Amino acid sequence: MKKLTAFLLGLCLVTATGARAAIDLTDFGGNQELEDRYHSLVTELRCLVCQNQTIADSNADLAKDLRREVRDMLVKGKSDEEIKDFMLERYGDFVLYNPPVKTTTVPLWIGPFVLLAIGLVVVVVMVRRRGHQAQPAMKREDAERARKLLDDAGREQQS
Amino acid sequence: MLRYLLPLGIFLVLVIFFAVGLKLDPREVPSPLIDKLAPAFEVAQLHEPDRRISTEQLRGQVWLLNVWASWCVACRQEHPHLVALARQNLVPIYGLNYKDKRADALRWLQQFGDPYTVSAHDLDGRVGLNYGVYGVPETFLIDKQGVIRYKHIGPVDPDVINNTIMPMVRELQQG
Repeated sequence: MKKLTAFLLGLCLVTATGARAAIDLTDFGGNQELEDRYHSLVTELRCLVCQNQTIADSNADLAKDLRREVRDMLVKGKSDEEIKDFMLERYGDFVLYNPPVKTTTVPLWIGPFVLLAIGLVVVVVMVRRRGHQAQPAMKREDAERARKLLDDAGREQQS
Repeated sequence: MLRYLLPLGIFLVLVIFFAVGLKLDPREVPSPLIDKLAPAFEVAQLHEPDRRISTEQLRGQVWLLNVWASWCVACRQEHPHLVALARQNLVPIYGLNYKDKRADALRWLQQFGDPYTVSAHDLDGRVGLNYGVYGVPETFLIDKQGVIRYKHIGPVDPDVINNTIMPMVRELQQG
């Protein structure tokens, strides 16, 4: 049991370091502000080869290059906006995980809300329709038939 | 009637979406560089490290920039087509050897043939970065004014060369 625990612990450690390995050791000379900006920037930029990873998560060569570029630009005193523009000029909107609102990206931004609205309308319409179709009160003859059937069934069970 | 037509309509819309979606290649990210000035570079030549090659030297002609590397498998696939195109002497092809070791690159060219008028050596990938390269091979068509007119991502094949690139080249060469 102890061995197993140790093994599992070890495994956790290995996977944990694996996940962090993608972020290189970047030295900003103890400049905490630059470091924070670096970390927020690399998690906003998409790695284009791996498509669904940020450049912080990816081990791809291109991601490393882009991280290096971000770092260099930060050290040179570029603003976050300048760095994002630099990436946009080269790779297009796709490089940003938060694409800017433009005519081409409007569906992307409002699409989910439109779908949600359609869903709500459908639900409301269905609920209403069901409300209208609510069972009318039972006709008297039907009620009598039902009672008779139930009585019969009850008698059968007793006998 | 509506209760039958409605699901059918939704189904058809979905089919159309899926059909279009299957045709789209998520790897083909449209380049914002089309119709913009090709980023300037000046780097060492691959064959003669002492000499440099720059975009300035290439002004005034229509040229292709092919980004390749010896470690790139798909480059091997397109290479014979580039060699064939170079032999026709219709348009100069300049190579951008991307993040590659010089010795490996030279051996590769010796083995498979060298279609490039000159190869630029982009050891650290900075030129590639300026060109928005994210997967090799990539091929750019650049006009006499130094403007990027077309970009092909992935290996070129005879179809792309003959039906897309060459007609544009001819048109640009006349202009």
